[in-house]
Amino acid sequence: MNETANLLIGLAMGLNLLALGSNRLPTIIWAMAAQGMALGVMPMLIEPDFNWHVGLIVAATVAGKGIVIPGLLRRAMRAANIDREIEPFIGFVPSLLLGAGGAIAAVALAGMLPLLPEQAGSLFVPGALASVLTGFVLLIGRAKAISQVCGYLILENGIYLFGLLLIHAMPLLVEAGILLDLTVAVFVIGIIVDRIQRAFDSLDTRKLTALRE
Amino acid sequence: MREWALIFVPLAGAGLVALWPSNRTRPWLLPVVGLAHVVLTFWLLVDPPIVAPDAWLGFDPLARAVLPAVSLLFMVCACYGVSYLRMRSERPNRVFVSTLLAVLGLLSAGHQARHLGLLWITTEAVTLATVPLLHFNATPRAFEATWKYLLVCGTGIALSLLGSFCLGYASLYSGGSGDLTFTALTAQGAGLSRPWVLTAWVLLLVGYGTKMGLAPMHTWKPDAYGEAPGIVGAILAGGVTTVAFTAILRVRSVVSAAGQSAAADRTLLAIGLFSMLVAALMLLGTRDFKRMLAYSSVEHMGILSIGAALGPAGAWAALFHVWSNSLTKGGLFMSAGNIQRAAGGRTMDEVRGMAVLTPRSAAIFVAGMFAATACPPFSPFFSEMRVLRAAFETRHGAVAGMFLACLLFAFFGLTRLVFAIVDGRPRAAAKAARDHFHETAGVIVPPLLLLAISLWLGLWTPTVLQDAWTAAVAQLFPIK
Repeated sequence: MNETANLLIGLAMGLNLLALGSNRLPTIIWAMAAQGMALGVMPMLIEPDFNWHVGLIVAATVAGKGIVIPGLLRRAMRAANIDREIEPFIGFVPSLLLGAGGAIAAVALAGMLPLLPEQAGSLFVPGALASVLTGFVLLIGRAKAISQVCGYLILENGIYLFGLLLIHAMPLLVEAGILLDLTVAVFVIGIIVDRIQRAFDSLDTRKLTALRE
Repeated sequence: MREWALIFVPLAGAGLVALWPSNRTRPWLLPVVGLAHVVLTFWLLVDPPIVAPDAWLGFDPLARAVLPAVSLLFMVCACYGVSYLRMRSERPNRVFVSTLLAVLGLLSAGHQARHLGLLWITTEAVTLATVPLLHFNATPRAFEATWKYLLVCGTGIALSLLGSFCLGYASLYSGGSGDLTFTALTAQGAGLSRPWVLTAWVLLLVGYGTKMGLAPMHTWKPDAYGEAPGIVGAILAGGVTTVAFTAILRVRSVVSAAGQSAAADRTLLAIGLFSMLVAALMLLGTRDFKRMLAYSSVEHMGILSIGAALGPAGAWAALFHVWSNSLTKGGLFMSAGNIQRAAGGRTMDEVRGMAVLTPRSAAIFVAGMFAATACPPFSPFFSEMRVLRAAFETRHGAVAGMFLACLLFAFFGLTRLVFAIVDGRPRAAAKAARDHFHETAGVIVPPLLLLAISLWLGLWTPTVLQDAWTAAVAQLFPIK
């Protein structure tokens, strides 16, 4: 089980770097969606015998992160008529270096945190930390609202990956609540992105500079 | 049963409001629900229920010590909201009124949450529910503020989820059953895995600290408070931030049970002092009086954080300060809203001579400023005195010194800006704008009432409240 899981987490960490290095918005959205789906199927691997509880979570996550949210972002992208990130605050090569450095730091940091025997040797913690860091770099370093939303979603993917460590402990009610909150969050963000597009006629957050000291 | 009513009465009210057809009569439902909520919370305050130790949600001593303040603040804001929304009759208020009530219901749930996961869910839900309130004015600046609020608070709240998972894993790693109620986590105590507890503490402090607006995670605050309507600012500063503060208090007691209270208190002290320092410096520089209120709020959150770090006496003072801060800030936000409406501007370059144009609001604003800067006899003076005393008792002389220095700088900053607005000769343009705004009882009585309560709390702190704070401290610092 650990080998397949580690393979998927490794894939997710690779997709982090793809998202950091690309200047095309469709690529970032694709990387985010693929990562969401790869992590979304993981509960199946952890839970050897299939039950409806796990099936429900997997279906909801894959549909939400892999299809619905990327679809919404692509629509916003077409509406705003942009597909490239030009002049980010942090350049593509520095972001890549930050992402790679972050992944190494995540592995080192995870080594200091003890894991239960059945999870020892898995990449859950480094994978989660690396995705959280990637999310941060995208949130801080990109100027287009859509890239920032992708950064937020990659950060959330990282947290989701960490949450898998607790899959046996979390009651269904809490899991459902967390999933619901995250989904509503994305919809609210989507609405605000739409309003910004209308109010500023652009999705470039560099134009959001009226408020400063 | 009553504790559930605290949540479901406002939520049902929100649903009813969403269906209410008339834009003109809809705001009246705000004070109706607010009053019902106040009656319920004060009934619970006087006659607290017995909470089962393993309950996920309950009106426990900590909720009893804080929630009535939020409820009271909301009720007064709701009364002000009726007059405010009448002035803003050009804008549809269905979403605004309905989310305002939903925020009250979710805040009640957040204050009563005794489960790590439930606490996170309610805090996140409050964050999302406040979004439509922030961009009620629908200006580009309001959308900009909302975007920054969403990104900063969304990230902060995401980090607190990661922290909650870490705390859950700390319990799981040490042989816990996966019960994530605070009672169960505290009972596990020293058995919790040390590295995981410390990681969780850092993440939860950063996460809920963002929601509270502690520096350096406070960046959303000036924008959001500056662009949102006055009552929204008051509810954010006095209600939403306190739910994050109680979250930090609850987590701190788990960390303390795990034997890491020294590390927790050091971080709380450091972040609290840093918040006060940043706020004081920004207060010396800002020219916008609504952003000034945001920095003042950062300062008071710093005071709460310092209080929480100073042992039982400090925590008692911090709970007292939650009340002082919520009520005083409410009065300040409403009078600032009046002044902004009458003057048509928000900076000291655009606004002056408000003592002539809006004498009553200006008087309340000045009195509120003195209250917020801890001048006697208002209650912030007494609560901050107790924080200071706790600092000396726990031999934190240097902390006390920095605390006083920051208060002094904040006092300079606030008085400079407030008197620049109140004094002087009014601008000609502002005189014309005055005709659009009348100081009716509906916009004067609510802030006055809040300041009066703040005064009363300072001079005659009711015994029932003192008992509630003592009980909450006993919950947070169990005697071993």
